[in-house]
Amino acid sequence: MTTLTAAGAILAASGSEEVEGINLFLPAGYDILWSAVVLIAIAWMFYKLVLPKFTEILDERTAKIEGGLSKAATMQAEADALLAEYKAQLTEARTEAARIREDARTEGAEIVAEARGKASEESARIFETAQRQIEAERQAAAISLRGDVGALATELASKIVGESLEDTARQSRVVDRFLDDLEASALTTAAKGK
Amino acid sequence: MPCARTRSRPRHADHDDRELLLSTIATITQFAASGEDGGFHPPSISEFFPTAIFFEDTIFEFNRIMLVRVVAAVVLIWLFVLAARRAKLVPGRGQNIAEMALDFVRVQIADEILGHNARKYLPMLTTIFFAILAFNITGVIPFLNIAGTSLFGLPVLLALWVYVVYLGSGMKKFGLVGFLKVSLFPAGVPWFLYVLITPIEILQVFVFRPVTLALRLTANMIAGHLLLVLCFSATNFFFVEATGALKAMGVVSLAAGFGFTLFEMLVAGLQAYVFTLLAAVYISMSIEEEH
Repeated sequence: MTTLTAAGAILAASGSEEVEGINLFLPAGYDILWSAVVLIAIAWMFYKLVLPKFTEILDERTAKIEGGLSKAATMQAEADALLAEYKAQLTEARTEAARIREDARTEGAEIVAEARGKASEESARIFETAQRQIEAERQAAAISLRGDVGALATELASKIVGESLEDTARQSRVVDRFLDDLEASALTTAAKGK
Repeated sequence: MPCARTRSRPRHADHDDRELLLSTIATITQFAASGEDGGFHPPSISEFFPTAIFFEDTIFEFNRIMLVRVVAAVVLIWLFVLAARRAKLVPGRGQNIAEMALDFVRVQIADEILGHNARKYLPMLTTIFFAILAFNITGVIPFLNIAGTSLFGLPVLLALWVYVVYLGSGMKKFGLVGFLKVSLFPAGVPWFLYVLITPIEILQVFVFRPVTLALRLTANMIAGHLLLVLCFSATNFFFVEATGALKAMGVVSLAAGFGFTLFEMLVAGLQAYVFTLLAAVYISMSIEEEH
């Protein structure tokens, strides 16, 4: 309202004008008419052209941004899922490797144990065979010895029987001769063995 | 400048020349050389009633101010149509400016005041803001030099539009009786105070709001124009007519004119903002339950 009084003061200074001050606030018909013309033109421009266009663009931009954001979120989720999967696979692979290592170790131990068992079995078998052979040898030796002793005894007995058994001197001579023969035969045997 | 001169009749050549002074200092010397009659011409309200160009004394009378309005409207429409035509999803520089301007009305005025109801009234508020801004700013544009809104018809039409819309919206929402009840008998007031409040509210709702809207805008523009004319007309007088030390006063009045030109730019934007803001506030008051 101060502006009004200021305007009024200036207007009062020029009172000699033909236009009344009140006319400033009594719009003329042509004023209203041309105001309406320009206002309707501007209003039409904003209502029909500019605002729909810019609203459409703003909405489209919002949609694009939202779309981009959701896409980014999807991609992030995908990447997360991929990472989780990769990690799971890695863990699985590690477990698998550990399991294989464990298996190998067990298997190795088994093989060693088996080999050891086989070796001891083998050695036992060899030992037994050896003993059995020794036993057989010994029996064969005993049998042959018994045969030899029998033959010797028979020979000695025949010799004793062949000689007269009247005196001790004879007896001792026979026995001595027998023993000498025996010794001689043992020596020949040894010489032959060499 | 020559085209402006051909537009006006000789009888009013001094008024038009005075307005043209606003444009450039160079015109001052030219004015002196043209050998008009001397003396200081104070600004007067006949500034706002220039002689007709076409259709004198009919309802189609077309004078300088109407021409200024048409020029302003054409430029405004051209700018925004251009911006809209070239509008793309990814904005360029021009589109950014247009969007910032539109966003100012949308965000700072419509959303701020009307909230979720804003969308319905946005085209109206946008039209009002940019129309007033365009018609105000012509007051400081060289060769136009008068605000399209300084003649009462345009602000009256705008105020009437706001008036019809806020009354219509209120009545549509609450019904005639409901709207009167909500507007004139504000809730939460002791009943005996209605004796005081209701007559005031009647004046407010039906008279003061539209009248002050139109008056505030027009008075500001008239005062601004008169101030500018006074400054530049005085500058002319001091430089051309005055002698001796008084000539130096021309520098002062010229500086004042320059300052007031900047001030008028501010006022042009401010008045457009105030008018649009109040329009939004009045609509909001009509359609909100609580005041």
